Amino acid sequence: MTRHAPSGSPVRSVRWDGKTAVVEVAGEIDLNCSNEFQGDLLKLLDHRPDRLVLDLANVTYMDSSGIASLVKLLSRSRKGGVGLRLAAMRDRVRSVFEITRLDTVFDIRPTVADSLEPS
Amino acid sequence: MKPLRKPVQLKILSVPSHLPIVRAALEKMCELIGFESEVAGNVVLSVDEALTNVIRHAYEGKEDQPIDIVLTPLCGQEPDGLRIELRDYGRHVDPGRIRSRDLADVRPGGLGVHIMTECMDSVSFSPGEGGGTQLTMVKRCKQCASKQETMK
Repeated sequence: MTRHAPSGSPVRSVRWDGKTAVVEVAGEIDLNCSNEFQGDLLKLLDHRPDRLVLDLANVTYMDSSGIASLVKLLSRSRKGGVGLRLAAMRDRVRSVFEITRLDTVFDIRPTVADSLEPS
Repeated sequence: MKPLRKPVQLKILSVPSHLPIVRAALEKMCELIGFESEVAGNVVLSVDEALTNVIRHAYEGKEDQPIDIVLTPLCGQEPDGLRIELRDYGRHVDPGRIRSRDLADVRPGGLGVHIMTECMDSVSFSPGEGGGTQLTMVKRCKQCASKQETMK
């Protein structure tokens, strides 16, 4: 089942593949929308998925406020025993993770299909 | 197209929705100066982080406060590049207290200064005359001279 979020939120849709939620994220994630982004992501944990996969293929920009939202999500996910994988990042978005050394903290996969593989 | 010589001045309010406009202008300026795409991305990110800090900390989220931005091409210098000056009139933060945090401590926030110092060649904060803070950042560009030459 796919749920479409209201336009304006970087979270565009959520598709369930068994107990894995595949979250399509799009647009520019900065101070303008990072609170909404974080809120939408944390709400997904209420559905008790086994794993969250964020499809970032259509994210064209992310600053440290977007990164902070993902760090918060990672922290909550770990506490809840939920796996978190980030998929299909563009080079510019990946670069922010590398600059902040968070590329070694997050489970970053080249594609969504790769993120759906068992651990 | 003639090479860029004169500064570009932007005046915005401390509204987060103005950030994409500054990013777009800066991206174009970096392209015209001749920065490679990856470097341009880092310059844009650094300015965005600086503006985010101004909005969050200097102006504490107030959305009607002024921010002055001056983008100056450094032409005819070796190497060429871009100087970025940001001026706010909000709460001044002691430059000695502005530093990046330990990245091994994985937690939300506090990454902006690290990003700026990592991506730019120089970053300096100073008290603004009459209040606020003046931030000056410089990015040098070795290949920019040849790019500007082809534009003459």
